Amino acid sequence: MHATPAPARPGDVYFFGTCLLDLFLPEAGLDAMTLLEREGVRVHFPQAQSCCGQPAFTSGQPGEAREVARSQLGLFDQPWPIVVPSGSCGGMIKHHWPTLFAGDADEARACAVAGRVVEFADFLLNVLRIELRDQGKPTKVAVHTSCSARREMNTHVHGWALVDQLAQVERVVHDHESECCGFGGVFSLRHPDISGAMVSDKSAALQDSGAVEFVTADGGCLLNINGKLAHDGKAFRGKHLASFLLERTGGKA
Amino acid sequence: MSTHPITVHPARSFKANSHDAVNDPHLRKSFRGAMDFLMAKRAAQFPDHNELEALRSLGETVRQRCLAKLPQLLEKLEAQLTANGVKVHWAETPEEANAIIHGLIAARNGKLAVKGKSMVSEETELNHYLEAHGVQAVESDMGEYIVQLAGEKPSHIIMPAIHKTKAQIATLFHDNIPAAPYTEDVDELIQLGRNALRGMYLKADVGISGVNFAVAETGTLCLVENEGNGRMCTTVPDMHIAITGIEKVVEKLSDVIPLYSILPRSATGQAITTYFNMISRPRQPGEKDGPREVHLVLLDNGRSQAYADEQLRKTLQCIRCGACMNHCPVYSRIGGHAYGTVYPGPIGKIISPHMLGLNDTQDLPTASSLCGACGEVCPVRIPIPEMLMRLREEAARDPEEKVPHPLAGQGAAYSPQLARVWSLWRTVYSRPALYRAFSWLATRLRVFTPRRQLGWTVHRTPLTPAKQSLHELVRQRQSSR
Ligand code: SF4
Repeated sequence: MHATPAPARPGDVYFFGTCLLDLFLPEAGLDAMTLLEREGVRVHFPQAQSCCGQPAFTSGQPGEAREVARSQLGLFDQPWPIVVPSGSCGGMIKHHWPTLFAGDADEARACAVAGRVVEFADFLLNVLRIELRDQGKPTKVAVHTSCSARREMNTHVHGWALVDQLAQVERVVHDHESECCGFGGVFSLRHPDISGAMVSDKSAALQDSGAVEFVTADGGCLLNINGKLAHDGKAFRGKHLASFLLERTGGKA
Repeated sequence: MSTHPITVHPARSFKANSHDAVNDPHLRKSFRGAMDFLMAKRAAQFPDHNELEALRSLGETVRQRCLAKLPQLLEKLEAQLTANGVKVHWAETPEEANAIIHGLIAARNGKLAVKGKSMVSEETELNHYLEAHGVQAVESDMGEYIVQLAGEKPSHIIMPAIHKTKAQIATLFHDNIPAAPYTEDVDELIQLGRNALRGMYLKADVGISGVNFAVAETGTLCLVENEGNGRMCTTVPDMHIAITGIEKVVEKLSDVIPLYSILPRSATGQAITTYFNMISRPRQPGEKDGPREVHLVLLDNGRSQAYADEQLRKTLQCIRCGACMNHCPVYSRIGGHAYGTVYPGPIGKIISPHMLGLNDTQDLPTASSLCGACGEVCPVRIPIPEMLMRLREEAARDPEEKVPHPLAGQGAAYSPQLARVWSLWRTVYSRPALYRAFSWLATRLRVFTPRRQLGWTVHRTPLTPAKQSLHELVRQRQSSR
């Protein structure tokens, strides 16, 4: 039996921050970059980046999605991995860009970029083989994983493994853990009743889990669930996995 | 031919229905509980993940091969059935199917039909049609019987009365079945229902059933069921009429094995059903029982529209197991009736647009967070989220645009304003300088962010941009080093 050789530890990576993090959760993006840098990786953030095209792609506007995606193709010239701190955006690039560009003049370029995308938690765990040293007080957290990240990228397993490295953190399972939080991009705008029922069940399950807070590696889910909790006047909140890990390992005051 | 127009407009009521449904705590609780139960039962049938994935791949391969040869297989099926003495009828629309079936019953002056479970006959609203033409149609599947007594429609394709409580059924039976006592004991209730139905089989002039697999090679109609009512309907009355969709044909008898091995496990979490019927011919001389006449009605009802498009054709792989609805977080919150269509849940969202047109179904494909739970459990690997996105695209497409296989109702959700919003989005997000200006403005004017943001703020605080974008924070960090 041979163990799969660990992918070579890269000296440089690109960081694709995603449009949601950019405008609404920039601190989480910064925390992710800090964690990567602390592991000795040079992080490159192309300033011309914007969005993977997912909002239009899932709204029946593949043409518009393709043009936004196309504008990102030239930003990653070096053969470095592209780290994405959001499972659903990572999945969009990795799994849907090849279809989005099928038959297009830029197909080969799109596939080349897609092939280098690694979700943030996956990258920490499996590429950097990070060893987290917990410096925080004992606590309990629940983990929510975005559905596309779970199904397209196995992100839940990576998130669990990272949290489980923290000696003082007990990871608790919440009811219907694998179920969707009801975000779904424009779904939450178009079908507020159904989406609202889903996020209400999800936030109740997280609060009832016995956790002090929850973590997730997806900006959309985080905004959705925290928005619901705030709307209901609850004190319970979630944070991005990157912020949580950085905080626990002494990287943040 | 007298026809009876069928008008269903789920798009007009879906949002109102789903609003009512999510605010009905009883409905939420009962569907949640029932779906949790079904999911656990299915999971118990597939302890070995690799075996499950291998079975799903096999199911997918079989269905795709059969669909690839669909026109030839249908011809073969007709030829084989005809040779066996079964008469085959083709119906393009539900109205045609109803008229054919009524014609067959009328020809022998029939007054009473007993029915086994058939979702295709729900598509055609056959019962109403027959009643309107003087033929009583009695549902014999226990769930369907309950739904019929209540004057309702099925809320699930496998468990039609899943929305009913024991107490509701007890009242229904007590009020409708002569001399039935009020009881909430499940076994007693089932016994009451069965006894009421027994006599019907003997009195009925015709038995009507669905078909799970129609085998072209041998001309065999396979019927999967648990109650034996399907066998009664197809053997006791003098005439048996089966109705099914054109996609149900499989090439060989051996194709049935992989499909049947995954169907009940995915549907009800049973290793195998109590009954599996194979019907190949009417009663032969010297045989003591069985119908003297057997008919098969093959219905299109929009299926050929899905068939014409290579991507959407996958919709027709469906073997109607219902696993997608059992695992759907939307279905488990709103139940089956809110959809307003015969087929609810994920399969309903992707098949109904072909049956009813996008004008009347445009709200269905958007009513999904694309979480992918449906596609993950589908025993024949239909990529349901992909189908949903494609239907969104066709609904949003300019109605005037020429495409190779236009869908009925193309452009139903097209709005020039919305198209302009997306084109503006594209312009801003594909030009770095513009995006930089936009995010600078959005962060600087954050206090002016609208307090009400369409559906978002119904249940959440408004989305408010941070003080500075990540782009900006990164620039600052670099310059401070
Ligand atoms: S789409 Fe798949 S999961 Fe849903 S009913 Fe059909 S076969 Fe079953």
